[in-house]
Amino acid sequence: MLFDWSFALEILPILAQAAVITIEATLIGFVLALLLGLALALARMSRNPFISFPAAGFIEFIRSTPLLIQIFFLYFVFPKFGIVLPALVAGILALGLHYSTYCAEVYRAGLENVPRGQWEAATALNLAPMATFRDIILPQAIPPIIPALANYLVALFKETPLLSAIAVLELMQTAKIIGSDTFRYLEPITLVGLFFLVMSLVSAALIRQGEAWLRRRRS
Amino acid sequence: MDPIVSFQGVTKRYGYLSVLKELDLDVAPNEKVAIIGPSGSGKSTLLRVLMTLEQIQEGIIYVDGQPLTHMERNGALVPADERYQRSVRGKIGMVFQNFNLFPHMTALQNCMEAPMNVLGLSRQDAQARASELLEMVGLADKMQSRPNRLSGGQQQRVAIARALAMRPKVMLFDEVTSALDPELVGEVLNVIRKLGDEHNLTMLMVTHQMGFAREFADRVCFFYEGRIAEQGPPNEFFTDPKNERTRAFLSAVLEAH
Repeated sequence: MLFDWSFALEILPILAQAAVITIEATLIGFVLALLLGLALALARMSRNPFISFPAAGFIEFIRSTPLLIQIFFLYFVFPKFGIVLPALVAGILALGLHYSTYCAEVYRAGLENVPRGQWEAATALNLAPMATFRDIILPQAIPPIIPALANYLVALFKETPLLSAIAVLELMQTAKIIGSDTFRYLEPITLVGLFFLVMSLVSAALIRQGEAWLRRRRS
Repeated sequence: MDPIVSFQGVTKRYGYLSVLKELDLDVAPNEKVAIIGPSGSGKSTLLRVLMTLEQIQEGIIYVDGQPLTHMERNGALVPADERYQRSVRGKIGMVFQNFNLFPHMTALQNCMEAPMNVLGLSRQDAQARASELLEMVGLADKMQSRPNRLSGGQQQRVAIARALAMRPKVMLFDEVTSALDPELVGEVLNVIRKLGDEHNLTMLMVTHQMGFAREFADRVCFFYEGRIAEQGPPNEFFTDPKNERTRAFLSAVLEAH
């Protein structure tokens, strides 16, 4: 069975449409992971054990269970509790939730790396906790961890095919449908693989560029 | 005159270790107090509890007639919460041994951040105040520089300007020349001298610069094991120390120089 170029060209527009869903899920999922991750990191670092313990437990729990199970849970089990989510929403939510726990640990490392003297200087200047955090701590904690966060963006992107398990019409699911309709899997699966390869390589290159730029800016 | 800072029976413990032991100390407005003593004697802790960077276990501290460590509730004094402490500690400014400048901001921004956020100054007013102070400390040409482009002495002068921008009544200097190369110590001490002459500021300084303490301070306090072992006007203190510990410390320090 040889690679049929004309067939590949024929299915390209359909796959391109599905790629939009994949990218959408990636970006929204990642923004969710970033926001939720910061909240989790702060909760985890709280001096109040009633906040830090549940946060630590949640992070451990999510990190120690497979993403696929979490996706199934949100999509198939939640309706039992009266929460019915569309497949795409459930999928994006699961991706964001899962990766927020990884982002939380990265944030924590970044925040703990800001010297104690910075907090003390902020106290001595009588800055409010919010202003201290926004103007003094975050601007120092975030730049060093951008590469680590970006790596999780790529990782999240590569896990979006898992959404095909709940029939989200992203790239993988679309390729599977084309395959089962035409009995040709070679072209659609190859094209999807190529798409991920190219996007991952491009992002990796962008991340390296970004890292170099950050290093120049900080020196 | 009523003291502007008053420590009354203050004890600070880390676990079982008492760093300050039932300490009493009154500081008059505009007074310059030099605090000396061996390391671990509690002299830095004195400044840190006054800045509320550490909490005390016993006693009470007053600033400008107001309790700092406690607040009144239903006629009784209870330990102060964060919010109340913020309302009192604005009268105090502090300069640190390691400068603790904000590395992601220029010298000017370092001096504008708190006046805008805490005092609510407009950008223009904050900038005017900041540049005036940076000029006073001799850094008119370094306003747009980030801390990593400044020498240690310049960084410490920015830190002094940053603290002054909040118009404190009391300034705390915690070994502010200890992290500096010897040739940079003078420029920082000169700025402090100038402050003493031109501003109505109460100053508490922990220092190892005996010469500066003698020339600048109104009073020298010698700390030993969490207590003030001896205090007095510098001339008396340095020429005729009464306490044996003081004598041992002074001769050890003078030998080293």
